[in-house]
Amino acid sequence: MPTTKRTVEVELSTTGLDAQGRPVRVPLVTDDRGNAVAMEAPEAMEPDLAGEHMLINIGPQHPATHGVLRLVLELDGETVVRCIPHIGYLHCGFEKIGEYRQYNQIIPWTDREDYLNSPGNNVAFVLGAERLFGIEITERCTVLRVIAMELSRIISHLVWWGTTCIDIGAFTPFLWLFQERERVYELIEMWIGARLTTSLTRVGGMGADIPDGFMDKLTGFVKSFPKTIDEAERMLSKNAVWVGRTVGLGAMSADEAMNYGLSGPMLRASGVAYDVRRDFPYLDYETYDFDVPVGTSGDVYDRYLVRVEELRQSVRILEQAIRRLPDGPVNVDDHRVILPPKSKATSDMESMIHHFKQVMEGPRPPAGECYVAVESPKGEKGYYMVSDGTSKPVRWRIRPPSFVNLSAIPKMVEGHLLSDVIAINASIDIVMGEIDR
Amino acid sequence: MSAPFTPLVAGSALGAGAPSPATPHHVALAGGDANPSAAALQARFGDAVRRVHVVRGETNVVVADASLLDIVRWLHDDPSQQYEYLSDVTAVEFRDPEQPIEVVWHLRSIVYRRFLRLKVELTRGEPLAVSSVWDVYKGADWLERECYDMFGIAFRGHPDLRRILMWEGYREGFPLRKDFPLRGRFSRSEQLRQALAANPEARYSMEELSIADAFEDLPQEMRRRLSGGEQAGE
Repeated sequence: MPTTKRTVEVELSTTGLDAQGRPVRVPLVTDDRGNAVAMEAPEAMEPDLAGEHMLINIGPQHPATHGVLRLVLELDGETVVRCIPHIGYLHCGFEKIGEYRQYNQIIPWTDREDYLNSPGNNVAFVLGAERLFGIEITERCTVLRVIAMELSRIISHLVWWGTTCIDIGAFTPFLWLFQERERVYELIEMWIGARLTTSLTRVGGMGADIPDGFMDKLTGFVKSFPKTIDEAERMLSKNAVWVGRTVGLGAMSADEAMNYGLSGPMLRASGVAYDVRRDFPYLDYETYDFDVPVGTSGDVYDRYLVRVEELRQSVRILEQAIRRLPDGPVNVDDHRVILPPKSKATSDMESMIHHFKQVMEGPRPPAGECYVAVESPKGEKGYYMVSDGTSKPVRWRIRPPSFVNLSAIPKMVEGHLLSDVIAINASIDIVMGEIDR
Repeated sequence: MSAPFTPLVAGSALGAGAPSPATPHHVALAGGDANPSAAALQARFGDAVRRVHVVRGETNVVVADASLLDIVRWLHDDPSQQYEYLSDVTAVEFRDPEQPIEVVWHLRSIVYRRFLRLKVELTRGEPLAVSSVWDVYKGADWLERECYDMFGIAFRGHPDLRRILMWEGYREGFPLRKDFPLRGRFSRSEQLRQALAANPEARYSMEELSIADAFEDLPQEMRRRLSGGEQAGE
């Protein structure tokens, strides 16, 4: 009688213990009626696998791949011989859609690419658009944007830290860190009303000025947050399990990391002190006092240390930004891009025309192109925009740092164990929304 | 165990003659100081450098495709340039069909804190192909694949030029070209029909199926179809 291939686990009447008192789980092969039949000896079922390679598929729907990433692995025993990544499951053509949208209409799309860093993306995009228009933003706006970028860096690093803890097997720091993340989201919600998809900026200014009480709350956060960093770091940095699962994994030398185009903490962990904020500054970052942490060996542990130190540096930048925030207007006084007050539109002909032109046609930058890069939490995030003088860009290109960082994963996981693939993948800090766009 | 960790301050990689960086303000639409590397390129490669112009403070250098790889290699290796970092590879197609399609490379010299944009113009009506810079920058691998996927530009010398964001069996063309409609070439019903007709089992490429003789484990019917040339796809 043919038996089905269904393998079931049954509980023994001796509550799962064998004669010696050891716990056992006995797989049984059942026939069509569900009755147990005698099982072949394990040696007869499993052929000799020495020297034979195995094909393993991870993802696309797997929590440890941080999104819809699919890795096809060739294994020799438990060692990875080759890794073939597949991406594109979230591809929805942001760049194509951007060619059919006015500049301010593109800002909501930038929320959705690297969705852990929405305010940072908003700022980066409008910096590019303003370069294209030739607009100089106000001083208050510059400082507010620095606050937005550093807050979003903190969010992104906290999510990275927490989820990597989960991947590697630590649960408690995850809860502590996500509590802090919640406090940042409350700040952002207070500011713009949204939490995840913020659309915080506009070409030439911000969607909103900060509300009353924001600065007090931010100051409170900046004061107490370093304590949480210290606590979580104490749980991990010298923890034998954490160290054992991160040190020496996925190491990239400085030359390799540069050649593979890695950026952000991935590159700095390998010892290259390249930070866009310092080397190609924007938003007057050169006037802030902060350190650029670099690692030495470029492994998962160093990437972790670099990100933790970056959190502290972000707090330093926030402290300085709080001190120097000037009064004054947030939006530029340029009616090509910023609408005149609505009250004037009903009484003043020129304001009416500005309203009509901006809403119906959209602001038009002169023909030209620019590439503006910022230091996103993942690395160098660039927006390349080409205009032909119409209100919609000819080309809007996102330079996604996660995409280039992930492209080095076959090189990084080679020769490591299957369980280390999860740790290495976590250390890249990928967001699939940004990779697939 | 890693060496003891101390945060360092950037600037250690900085060359002697590098200017101290500052946020650019009041950037003019055109004109201004060109990147010194542009003049060095003109002196060394002569006619291969077609045009140099400064847009919004960034130097564009339009070069001939035939010399591209030599130029990139020289920029990467020469001690006076040291463009060791490839930021981006992409392409631009203009709405005006008379204008050529441009392939764009964004290079950074971190030592000298310079930024350079290289361009190759591809004439309409000829096959879209340029040299790959993968030999010089390994990071170009996925960037060039994406550019091929979206624009159909073939990168000569790329080791593994296949689609990356779209699936391998994608037949509608190249999404970022201007002749590609925003909503795709096929109607929703046709897209649904194709999705239902696709074989969800065929999710490995033939290269992957060669691992551990996985091809031999497939059902006979599928092996027959795959051997008959059906794309495994994803």
